[in-house]
Amino acid sequence: MPTQILMPALSPTMEEGTLARWLKAEGDTIEAGDVIAEIETDKATMEFEAVDEGVLGKILVPGGTDGVKVNQPIGILLAEGEDESALEDAVKAAESKSGPKSEPASAPAEAEPPSSPKPEAAPAPAQEESDEDPEPTYDSFKRQSVREALRDAMAEEMRRDPDVFVMGEEVAQYEGAYKITQGLLAEFGDKRVVDTPITEMGFAGLGVGAAFAQLKPIVEFMTFNFSMQAIDQIINSAAKTLYMAGGKMGCPIVFRGPNGAAARVAAQHSQCYASWYAHVPGLKVIAPWSAADAKGLLKAAIRDPNPVVFLENEILYGQTFDVPDVEDFVLPIGKAKVERRGTDVTLVAFSRMVGHCMEAAETLAGEGISAEVINLRTLRPLDTATILRSVRKTNRVVTVEEGWPFAGIGAEIGQLCMEQAFDWLDAPVTRVAGADVPMPYAANLEKLALPQPAQVVEAARAVCYASSQG
Amino acid sequence: MVASRRDRASSKDSEPAVDAHRFEPADLEHYYRSMLLIRRFEERAGQLYGMGLIGGFCHLYIGQEAVVVGLQALAREGDSIITSYRDHGHMLATGMDPKGVMAELTGRIGGYSKGKGGSMHMFSREKRFFGGHGIVGAAVPLGTGLAFAHQYNEDGGICFCYFGDGATNQGQVYESFNMAALWKLPVVYVIENNRYGMGTSVERAAAAGDLSQRGAAYGIPGKGVNGMNVLEVIEGAAEAVDHVRGGNGPYLLDVKTYRYRGHSMSDPAKYRSKDEVSKMRSESDPIDQLKKRLLEDGVFDEAHLKDIDKQVKEIVGEAAEFAQNSPEPDPAELWTDILVDA
Ligand SMILES: Cc1ncc(C[n+]2csc(CCOP(=O)(O)OP(=O)(O)O)c2C)c(N)n1
Ligand SMILES: [Mg+2]
Repeated sequence: MPTQILMPALSPTMEEGTLARWLKAEGDTIEAGDVIAEIETDKATMEFEAVDEGVLGKILVPGGTDGVKVNQPIGILLAEGEDESALEDAVKAAESKSGPKSEPASAPAEAEPPSSPKPEAAPAPAQEESDEDPEPTYDSFKRQSVREALRDAMAEEMRRDPDVFVMGEEVAQYEGAYKITQGLLAEFGDKRVVDTPITEMGFAGLGVGAAFAQLKPIVEFMTFNFSMQAIDQIINSAAKTLYMAGGKMGCPIVFRGPNGAAARVAAQHSQCYASWYAHVPGLKVIAPWSAADAKGLLKAAIRDPNPVVFLENEILYGQTFDVPDVEDFVLPIGKAKVERRGTDVTLVAFSRMVGHCMEAAETLAGEGISAEVINLRTLRPLDTATILRSVRKTNRVVTVEEGWPFAGIGAEIGQLCMEQAFDWLDAPVTRVAGADVPMPYAANLEKLALPQPAQVVEAARAVCYASSQG
Repeated sequence: MVASRRDRASSKDSEPAVDAHRFEPADLEHYYRSMLLIRRFEERAGQLYGMGLIGGFCHLYIGQEAVVVGLQALAREGDSIITSYRDHGHMLATGMDPKGVMAELTGRIGGYSKGKGGSMHMFSREKRFFGGHGIVGAAVPLGTGLAFAHQYNEDGGICFCYFGDGATNQGQVYESFNMAALWKLPVVYVIENNRYGMGTSVERAAAAGDLSQRGAAYGIPGKGVNGMNVLEVIEGAAEAVDHVRGGNGPYLLDVKTYRYRGHSMSDPAKYRSKDEVSKMRSESDPIDQLKKRLLEDGVFDEAHLKDIDKQVKEIVGEAAEFAQNSPEPDPAELWTDILVDA
């Protein structure tokens, strides 16, 4: 039986990729371990090695093809002694099989239903009702991934201020484990783009010390999971010094990296630190959703004279949004954004969950429920004014976060509404949050552990006392 | 598991030369079989990852087989073992069931952690395998704690505590060294020095390159061992194991090895040359080396080794089959195992 060569998954988040080029031609003999093709993921170009031996009978997907789904047959391998006729059957069989298998276990990225990133709504609708201080409007935008926006933000600030430097594991020569620091070493050199050993407590503390001496470090944690190694330095050294020094010494430093769940990386590598860091006086905590948020807020964070914890999200890195095409696009820290106007219910979220809320709002609109979506952008200081203004209009609130519910950001917002908008509430504030368990590895359980747009829809219906549809 | 060898583990050999004839054929066969099982298992895991059946991080042990197989040859019933996320080889070497390991990789109920831990997080009380840890360096204090328990219980056991070259730069490693030396805890610290921590070479990460001397400030003896040859691992580590079993406190081994594959499945490995990898593969492969030795010395003939290959392939085939057929965990499992009922 000829063997189908299938498009391989080459990273935890890969669903499709570009088959950049074949290194073998039809008719070539292949040994197990031979590199047969080059495949581009959103992060890197990877070599694809053969597992089986034989003769490359047929190339089904030519080099240079984009958007090849994982598990799609890309070629046919003939075993010793197999001929043309076997090949024909195999080609037919391969063609009848399109895209990835549908059984649950074989779709690794199933935990992330492609959450159709809506292009960030151009600020136009936000003008219908007047904010106390509305965001400026922009005429021209450029389409950028969150990854590129973060890189540009750092590069622009490094050009602007020679005291800014970036430090962390694999940030320089490898250009970032998630390719956020791409190109920075080439432009700024190894004095300002510094690869560290694996020593988080050490380099986080070193960064704080350098900030005491008035440099402006950007400390990258490969993921925020590893910031737990360094949390004492972040809280005891960075957050508290200004206070302990009676205002005489501060610490302009940014701690950044991906936060929250990625895909199938299990309990020690998937958790949300939003409420952990937002708990701490002396820190600012930012959690951007769109590429515009990422760009404007990271620039603001680097300029801020305080320690800032900047929580990114790995799954958002590859998503694209419109970013205002202006020189020096900086967003204010502490200001939320109304991403979608609505009158019946307020959905409050940050980071990736904003996308879930936008999706839910669309579904709700189809049912006649008008949802307003607030993208918090900053968690500390929290933009209570924007939340309260919305609540007083819609009288109903659903908070959405990926982290655990207990003592989470949703709990804080619920309390805020109780204290400051009690008389306006027509239903109890409701939380949608991650399941109160360590993150499981199994695909089906991971999906159950993470908030899904359908849960947001369900919660919104409940606070609107609408019966569920369909 | 390796009965005949075990009795000789404490006989100290001073000559470094390795002579396959000083090992019993049964032992040699066991080393060969164990290394091959790890190799074939890992190749299959890589294949299942490519098919989307395994997700997330998956760190393969290919190239490093001689390290754990050699050290396990010196282990006794009751010893403990702990390592990081590059853990499949350690589990197979302690005799854990390949089916249960593979099914954990696919996230199924038949896996060692019911599919809830995945590649990096498996455990077996029975085999005294204590994980399976994702945080670089974190297993070192944990292994030191296992040694503390051996001493506390006076059970004669020791802990084999494995970590990477990259992990040697974590502060908690040195906090552990200090306590272990201070209290003479029975722990063999094993650095699996595969030259890189992700994309960073030892030279770019560690001051004063010789990692075997990282315990010197605490008076912990250390030495380098060739980790690409299983017999040299055994000979080289015997002294360390004797030292630790003898109640003299910790010992640090810098076992020089190499990983053939990328750090995990998504690493294009641009930080090293292809020549470097292919040279290691062709000149220093642990399985090829042992095979050549066995044939040249006439310990086994080609046919016997082929038989072993076949048996190993079958075991791995069955494991892969089991891992694909075992069902996903029941949704109710999401809410179990958070706390023990008390
Ligand atoms: C505290 C911490 N920081 C960073 C990481 C990400 N990370 C995973 S493995 C790794 C490299 C470790 O290298 P080494 O200790 O040499 O082990 P090897 O992977 O070579 O076996 C890094 C940086 C992590 N898991 N934990
Ligand atoms: Mg290493």
